[in-house]
Amino acid sequence: MKDKLRKIIDEWLETKKVDGVVGLTEEKENIKPHLFQKGDTSFIALTPKYPLASVMMLLQEHYPEKRFGIIARECDIRAMVELHKREKKIDIERVDIIGIACTKKEVEECACDFPYPHMAEVIVGEKIEIETKNLSVDRLLNMELNERLFFWKYQFDKCMKCYGCRNACPLCICSECVLEDDLWVKGGRIPPPFPLFHLIRAVHTSGRCIGCGECEKACPMDIPLTTLYTLLRNNVKELFDYNAGIELDKEIPLLTTLDETPMKEEG
Amino acid sequence: MNYSNVLTTCPYCGAGCNLYLEVLDGKVVGTLPCKTDIISEGKLCIKGWNAHSFINHPDRLTKPLVKKDGKFHETKWEEALRSVADNLTKIKGKYGPNSIALLSSAKCTNEENYLVQKFARSVIGTNNVDHCARL
Repeated sequence: MKDKLRKIIDEWLETKKVDGVVGLTEEKENIKPHLFQKGDTSFIALTPKYPLASVMMLLQEHYPEKRFGIIARECDIRAMVELHKREKKIDIERVDIIGIACTKKEVEECACDFPYPHMAEVIVGEKIEIETKNLSVDRLLNMELNERLFFWKYQFDKCMKCYGCRNACPLCICSECVLEDDLWVKGGRIPPPFPLFHLIRAVHTSGRCIGCGECEKACPMDIPLTTLYTLLRNNVKELFDYNAGIELDKEIPLLTTLDETPMKEEG
Repeated sequence: MNYSNVLTTCPYCGAGCNLYLEVLDGKVVGTLPCKTDIISEGKLCIKGWNAHSFINHPDRLTKPLVKKDGKFHETKWEEALRSVADNLTKIKGKYGPNSIALLSSAKCTNEENYLVQKFARSVIGTNNVDHCARL
């Protein structure tokens, strides 16, 4: 797989199709995001995944004249699609995508619904057909309402307000974050107000969350954020028929209500 | 065009999480957790996430300051160190070595902390050594 990727990257850089390719590399037994350029023979790594869409956003902003390729998993691609739809934070027309398919183990670990690249110039790797199930979501939905409240109260009380979930999130792109505003979240106090802090972030990312799981992976207190965000994505899907990051031309839910498209009513 | 991630150790506390500094054309622009780091396991605290922010901060002191007549003045290292040495000698002569205490930091390296206690004990002659992690 890596040989195949190396061949594609070398060809793209040689023919000047792209000026650089974003991917992962290994250095001193650590994995990090990297910009492959012509003549660069750095080792290509695939895992653990990093939010590469954020790297692409940084590069496009800094080098508006350059064209980039990216070795992307489906979650990176979906993040780029959502960023394209939001003020073109990423111009996806200027990105050439080498999609990689996630392995069975990875798909199971992430309980991912979309592990195969849906838009890419070339795809490396085999498509995995398995039914995934997020067990913690099922467990939570089987609880009584007050038990669920207790569950989240316990989880959010662990929060030490590192802002890691926000920082790691490729879709948290507001230039001014209300979570840093004293009006909503008083500085110097932990845990943050329950449930305001986490629900502000949840509401702000609804319709954008692509379920990459970076927030949970960044959480030092192991708060099960993917459980919260899976439920949120399910709601968005149900109410707006919207799968974040899949359809490039479909209007984002935040705009559809203004567009007088009626929301589906409950019951 | 240059984008790279440089592996380093968080400068803040003694835990010493590894993290990446994102460098764009020679300028540090961000911090990324190192997911393969055995200490942090890719999870940083709020200080670690902001480890890059003081590097180019406008409030950062880039030259030593010496207070003269109630005001801080920029100066050279030789002069600043001379001023510190003179004043420490003066205080030690007048009030004795135990009138001086040295406060070190978990942000310093082991070697620097070793030097601080060595300086306190051998040069000043006091055991008054403490550090910020005990605050």
